[in-house]
Amino acid sequence: MAATAELPTVKPLTLSRPRAIVDWLSTIDHKVIGLSYVTTAFIFFLLGGIEALLIRTQLVVPDGQLLDPRAYNQVFTMHGTTMVFLFGMPVLTGFGNYAVPLQIGARDMAFPRLNAFGYWAFLLGGLFLYASFLLGAAPNGGWFAYVPLTGPTYSPGINMDFWALGIIFLGMSTVAAAINFVVTIMALRAQGMTPFRMPLFVWTILVTACLMIIAIPPLSGAATLLELDRRFGTHFFDAQGGGDPLLWQHLFWNFGHPEVYILILPAMGMVSEILPVFSRKPIFGYAAVATSTVAIGFISVTVWAHHMFAVGLPLVAQGFFATSTVVIAVPTAVKIFNWIGTIWGGKVLLRPPFLFAAGFVAQFIIGGLSGVMVATVPFDWQAEDTYFVVAHLHYVLIGGTVFGTLAGFHYWLPKMTGRMLDERLGTLTFWLTFVGLNLAFFPMHISGLLGMPRRVYTYPPGLGWELPNFISTLGAYILGLAILAFVYNVVRSLYVGEPAGDDPWDAWTLEWATSSPPPPHNFHRLPPVLSARPLWDLKRRGRPRGEAPDWIEPAESGDPVCPSHWPLVVALGLALLFAALLVSPVWAFAGGLMCVAGIVGWTWPAAPEPGA
Amino acid sequence: MSPLLPAGPAAARIADLTYVIFGLAAVVFIVVESLLLFAVLRFRRAQVSSEPKQIYGNAPLEAVWTAVPALILAVLLAFTLRTMSAVAGPARAAPAQGAADAIQVIGHQWWWEVRYPGAQISTANEIHIAVGQPVHVDVSSTDVIHSFWVPQLQGKIDVIPGRINATWLQADRPGVYRGQCAEFCGDQHARMALLVVADPADQFSAWLEAQQQPAAPPTDPQAQQGVQVFARVGCITCHTIRWGSTGAGGTRGPDLTHVGNRRTLAAGTLPNTPGTMAGWIANPQALKPGSDMPNLNLNGDDLQALLALLEGLR
Repeated sequence: MAATAELPTVKPLTLSRPRAIVDWLSTIDHKVIGLSYVTTAFIFFLLGGIEALLIRTQLVVPDGQLLDPRAYNQVFTMHGTTMVFLFGMPVLTGFGNYAVPLQIGARDMAFPRLNAFGYWAFLLGGLFLYASFLLGAAPNGGWFAYVPLTGPTYSPGINMDFWALGIIFLGMSTVAAAINFVVTIMALRAQGMTPFRMPLFVWTILVTACLMIIAIPPLSGAATLLELDRRFGTHFFDAQGGGDPLLWQHLFWNFGHPEVYILILPAMGMVSEILPVFSRKPIFGYAAVATSTVAIGFISVTVWAHHMFAVGLPLVAQGFFATSTVVIAVPTAVKIFNWIGTIWGGKVLLRPPFLFAAGFVAQFIIGGLSGVMVATVPFDWQAEDTYFVVAHLHYVLIGGTVFGTLAGFHYWLPKMTGRMLDERLGTLTFWLTFVGLNLAFFPMHISGLLGMPRRVYTYPPGLGWELPNFISTLGAYILGLAILAFVYNVVRSLYVGEPAGDDPWDAWTLEWATSSPPPPHNFHRLPPVLSARPLWDLKRRGRPRGEAPDWIEPAESGDPVCPSHWPLVVALGLALLFAALLVSPVWAFAGGLMCVAGIVGWTWPAAPEPGA
Repeated sequence: MSPLLPAGPAAARIADLTYVIFGLAAVVFIVVESLLLFAVLRFRRAQVSSEPKQIYGNAPLEAVWTAVPALILAVLLAFTLRTMSAVAGPARAAPAQGAADAIQVIGHQWWWEVRYPGAQISTANEIHIAVGQPVHVDVSSTDVIHSFWVPQLQGKIDVIPGRINATWLQADRPGVYRGQCAEFCGDQHARMALLVVADPADQFSAWLEAQQQPAAPPTDPQAQQGVQVFARVGCITCHTIRWGSTGAGGTRGPDLTHVGNRRTLAAGTLPNTPGTMAGWIANPQALKPGSDMPNLNLNGDDLQALLALLEGLR
């Protein structure tokens, strides 16, 4: 902190500035893009949350009358689709966007304009999906979209066209972001930052980005085949035409299971950043935590058919996928013990980021254990497609991803906005989230074991499902309150939050070596990286050791630094193209032309600078 | 409807496995959560004036906490694989063609067709089996993917168009066991239940024999009128009633030859009583919106005639 005390503070992006919107539309600053990702994803999270509350309100009593089956099926499909594609992945991409260049001591992402394109494609893809509600034709075949239910015969409306096209569109955004992360982390690390000195969050983003590059193409391909079946009369998934409905499931879960780790690894990375700082100790077993991340990444592409234990695969195949799924629990267990080891012997400050990070560990143990249970094939024959699985996946995705994300918000928002969040409100948010989660989802284990299937718009009385459902609904509303408390805390902090200073947590990674919020070019200079905790070295040992330079320069990104509106033009062209595919191919041609024009503008060589 | 209240050998094996994994999970849960909670409470501070000892790791300890979960999981996997073959094995052995102990279950949006090929009968949403007798079940679908699941007897098996999957059912005690479609299959996925009725062998044989009989021509004039209505308003385009050798009708909906004997209507949606039957025929779209059964806007006389007919089909 002493290193940067003399820097001028930079005002955060505010909309009151003239031309703020115009600047935003052409920004290529990873921090503005990261914040845009996080904010947009959070708004989608609120929408997905409203959908969740509609579901829980419908199910609070047997034979509920709030939603008819057609409405219910749209709501639960959009809940899943939103939480995975419009909240989970983009919010983590947003944190990665904001934090990774700062944590590795870079000026920006490797490809700032591609980064902007990723955001615009995400925003427009999300709006595209939600536009379906305006036509009363939201996707209704489940977020997993199993054929033939989602094929032309059984879903003749345009509902599932919105879904398939929207998923292809969003996939472009994700892969663009992922490639950018990989190149950035490979190429732009500060001098001295060897792989085993990278912050663990950077490790998890690297593995996540690789998984995105592997996992998204099968999904985009499958969605394309589905759209061909739906619109052009092909028979990829039609058993009567020689196709195979199980082909869809294999392709979808080839995406879908790595996806689970895409959603959890960066949250694990946040926890691995936060627990040490608030325990005042380094992570216990850095190498084990980093390599277990890589191990999880590798194994995660071999487990997909554990979603398909009931489809009648050969028993040998089921045995293989049970084994790979059980094996992935080992590196996960290693992480949990390393986190506990990090806290052990430390001096623990129970501040909100720590509470959420420790809450993550506590909840993830439950989600992990129920995950091992459903990996045991015969038990899964009973539990699959029941509320037991709903309980399991929400312990992982709320207990894991959402707790991790909330930990990340409480930890990094001061860096992003320059202002602290209120700690009492943060603690209240934590307890509401913790109680709400357990009240909402623990009883679902019970209703599942009492035989309640998932994805039912109603259920009859007399099967013992009433009480667990009632408690689940109560818990869901408490979760809703928790999110309201969080939103209030953030808004309040923007106006009256305490100034954060550069390094409010006395932390050790490079993002705390610059002002809050950081200047557009991130760093004037950096301390040399001699360990995984460069600021610890700087603060605790005074000046860096003699053999290292006193200060080093951050790495430059590969693109020109001037703002560009071309990424937005390309994304708009794609949006036009996909929207047109719903109605008229002629306009799709116009959208395609707009993309081409955008790409030409994008790649047009800049005029040489005078004197260059 | 709980898999933890098994009534047959397959579900019992799975329940045993379930208790093993729940036991292991409970131990792991208590140990790990206690360690976490203890660490947080034991080492918490209101303020930190000096830094704690900086510990970067401990290789032997980390080796131990890698090996111990691996061992526990290996044991669990062994249990899993053993139970798997015990539970699924019998389904893989194909029965003799047309054997009396083999049945076919066909998933439709949103009801279950049940065929006994040996006896050449077709019924709906109700499977009858003899206690103690393993029954081979072939499942297939005419439309989308469903999943056949009777938790007290057996784990689920997906019902996939273009494929025939196999499972087996056996009940060790008489009873009525509820099952429900477990794969999302459209608007009325929630209302696609079925019952498995396990009876002692002699009662089962009597039931099977009764089902093989054609419907008895009605003697009551109102029911006779019902036969006319059944054809005139269009029921016959989707439903069959077998009258002796002449029984004709559609096969899109359940065979109604013995509908009066069934316990439920509309795939487990309603108990089968004259009142619910009237409500169902009068307005199926109110009870099960999206189902193939249309609102026929019957007048009172036609409705009463149909009811008299259907109630008599025992």
